[in-house]
Amino acid sequence: MIVSPRRLGGLFLKESLQMMRDPSSILMAFVLPLILLVLFGFGVSLDIDRLRVGLVVEDASADAASLASSFRFSRYFEVTEAGDRRAFDGALVAGRQQGLVVIPQDFATRLAADGTAPVQVLTDGTQPNTGAFIRNYTEGTVQSWLRLRAEEQALELPAGVTLAPRFWFNPDVESRHFLIPGSIAIVMTIIGTLLTSLVIAREWERGTMEALLATPVGRFEILAGKLFPYFLLGMTAMGLCVAAAVLVFDVPLRGSLAAVALTGAVFLLPALGQGLFISAVAKNQFVAAQGALLSGFLPAFLLSGFVFEIDSMPWILRLITRIIPARYMVANLQTQFLAGDVWSLLLPNLGAMLAIGTVLLTLALIKTKKRLD
Amino acid sequence: MPAAALLEAVTKRFKGQDRAAVDNLSAVLEPGRITGLVGPDGAGKTTTLRLLAALLPPASGRVIVAGEDAWAEPERVHAMIGYMPQRFGLYEDLSVIGNLKLYARLRGLTGEERKATFERLLRFTDLARFTDRLAGKLSGGMKQKLGLACALIRKPRLLLLDEPSVGVDPISRRELWRMVRELLDEGIAVVWATAYLDEAERCDEVLLLNEGRLLFAGPPREMTARVEGRTFLVHGVRDRRRQALATALERPEIADGVIQGRAIRLVARPQATLQAAGIIPDGARIEPATPRFEDAFIDALGGGPGGRSALAERMPHIAGDHDVVIETDRLTKRFGSFTAAGDISLRIRRGEIFCLLGPNGAGKSTTFKMLCGLLPPTSGSARVAGHDLRIASSQARGRIGYMAQKFSLYGLLSVQQNLEFFSGVYGLSGRRQKAAVEQMVDSFGLGPYLKASAEDLPLGFKQRLALSCAVMHEPEVLFLDEPTSGVDPITRREFWNHINGLVEKGVTIMVTTHFMDEAEYCDRLSLVYRGRTIATGSPDELKEGVGSAELPNPTLEDAFIALVERSDAERAA
Repeated sequence: MIVSPRRLGGLFLKESLQMMRDPSSILMAFVLPLILLVLFGFGVSLDIDRLRVGLVVEDASADAASLASSFRFSRYFEVTEAGDRRAFDGALVAGRQQGLVVIPQDFATRLAADGTAPVQVLTDGTQPNTGAFIRNYTEGTVQSWLRLRAEEQALELPAGVTLAPRFWFNPDVESRHFLIPGSIAIVMTIIGTLLTSLVIAREWERGTMEALLATPVGRFEILAGKLFPYFLLGMTAMGLCVAAAVLVFDVPLRGSLAAVALTGAVFLLPALGQGLFISAVAKNQFVAAQGALLSGFLPAFLLSGFVFEIDSMPWILRLITRIIPARYMVANLQTQFLAGDVWSLLLPNLGAMLAIGTVLLTLALIKTKKRLD
Repeated sequence: MPAAALLEAVTKRFKGQDRAAVDNLSAVLEPGRITGLVGPDGAGKTTTLRLLAALLPPASGRVIVAGEDAWAEPERVHAMIGYMPQRFGLYEDLSVIGNLKLYARLRGLTGEERKATFERLLRFTDLARFTDRLAGKLSGGMKQKLGLACALIRKPRLLLLDEPSVGVDPISRRELWRMVRELLDEGIAVVWATAYLDEAERCDEVLLLNEGRLLFAGPPREMTARVEGRTFLVHGVRDRRRQALATALERPEIADGVIQGRAIRLVARPQATLQAAGIIPDGARIEPATPRFEDAFIDALGGGPGGRSALAERMPHIAGDHDVVIETDRLTKRFGSFTAAGDISLRIRRGEIFCLLGPNGAGKSTTFKMLCGLLPPTSGSARVAGHDLRIASSQARGRIGYMAQKFSLYGLLSVQQNLEFFSGVYGLSGRRQKAAVEQMVDSFGLGPYLKASAEDLPLGFKQRLALSCAVMHEPEVLFLDEPTSGVDPITRREFWNHINGLVEKGVTIMVTTHFMDEAEYCDRLSLVYRGRTIATGSPDELKEGVGSAELPNPTLEDAFIALVERSDAERAA
């Protein structure tokens, strides 16, 4: 196998020119990532706030009114108030309210008697997640109201354990802080696998591959000529994504830029290898696109730990995630963005990506034949 | 001089095919000559070229290119050949110079040598003015020239051209011949694959292939000489000359026959005399004709398929109430600022075969689709079988049959299911539907294939099935869009037997083609060029119209070229 730098340069130049002239590759490499980032940054959020809650204040005491205003000013609730629970008849059923909080008639009396503060919470059992959130937020609101009241009145707080939760690495538990780094892996999969799977298939479809094969060009050169431009495109798109994540979406970047770039570069090996392999086998853009979606994009989305935590998957799926390169990419990016350059975590992942990449690129080279049958 | 390439008893089989694609082929390709690789689709032309280009390994036998065993040393062979695949192998999103630069780099051409080569090739192909234009924006003829230039970057020992003139207008075709001829002086061996039999005549040597087997090797003149003295033109058949042709074709004395303008062209079997009663209609006059390569080709295949059309025999006579069946008035279709078809005005009478002739992209299919009510015209009007297509296109469509350019049946349905579906779509049901399906199965001999999927049929049977789906509802007008492209000459003749028979029953037929000889089977034709009809008339009228002292007997291709040049001159003025 003789590699000629001139031939390689020619292929490289050709591919770059084609890429720049083809609006769809620009769209996929630069516009689509931004759309995805905006979507995951603003659109998708796994946190719930501004819950629509009906507040029924049956007690006319000052304590009840004070607690009611605590609910009113809470960032977690959007409160509609009424003096009678009949005002919300049907509201829960129709979904106008996600829950009801009732401050009962004897609230102030019982608070004065034994210091307990009974508040009733009614939620929709068909939305258990939302229900749990309302219950927890209500408890939190009542707890902090009690604490404030105790401070104001210089009273002893009723004895008991106070829970003070603290979230490491993502103190505000902002889901976008881990969604955005994860979505960079999705973007890179699209460029690395989907875009590359189309380009060789396109040469077969348009008959240019046949002309290329009848020249002294070797199969290694054909593959390398495809690999480099798309590698650069992938790295550029990654740079764009990281910049947007930090500057636009305020995601902290605690690791070093060099380490992020290294992760991206290593991830592109299996991603490009997979794209080139699909392309060499399919020889048809439609089949290649289907193959890339099913074997590249969907697993990267569903099985990489990007949205769905791998630890809570059944063991068989957990096993499958091990051969999905995006899994290692998502893990590394989340570590680098939220924790820092923890090399003991990063290196095994890099090693796994390198191994999968070597296998896929070798397969692609074997499948790229300099013959037509 | 040693041979540029040798084929030694080469056989190539593909998985899943019973018949070898190339079967025990031996040939010598001499430098300085054009060897035509001639035959219908599926004959093995492309496979042979790919074997020579060291892109396929032979199953047995040897391919030797410039002294090297091609499959043992593919790299060395690739360095010595120029190969232009079908569709030219160009990167459409690169410019003319971009394509040249790419192939120059791939073939290791640099510096002064590269500069000189580019200059020479650009001058040779006359593309110097278009170096920055994207290859995708070039016309078919210019693409073809650029493809040739890319194949010639390094002077090859062997130049392989795969159907270089498909879809290219006749003028560009002539220019390509001139350019390739010039190359021969440099000692290049050229292999030119083609399905056009008129092109085969211009080669120095032909290898005639059919179903992978070599039927003839030698100069085309030798092949044509086989039918010397056996070709005739019958003039003066007043009316029903298609009926006369069909009768003649059924006679054992006749090997082949076609309509040629106003006359009938016949090829007699060896030692047969045409004076026997009943072959030549009364009052007709018979003259010897110059033999053509195609005459010899059909003769070599054992003669044509006879003249009967079981389909037409079973069709009832179509009695419509209009004498002019298709009438258009300044029919125009624009896509943005591009006029795909402009000011098309036609009057086609009942029982006429009318042909639209022109290169790819001239506007034939656009005109067709407007007439079939598939595409609304931008302006102008069209009446088909008395219906204005703008208001009553679905009614009018029930009176027409349409056979699309590409195979447009349901490949996964069986033959029977396709027939039942299409008869149902055209409103046949119950006993009438059953009778119509049975009639098609009998007429076209589809019986053995009823349960087979349409996509698995041999090409000839696909064609028959497509035609039967278009005529089941006994249409008044039949539109055929390039019905015979990619079909071998025998199947083409069989197809035209049906067409001729249907016309005799009063069906009006409109057909598009880019085969010049096929255009001569028609009563009248329009030359379509750049979205306009530049001439309309019978084939003989068009030929006579361009006759001159230096060209006393112009062919239809000569007429086409002269008329296109005239139109270009008028446009420039």
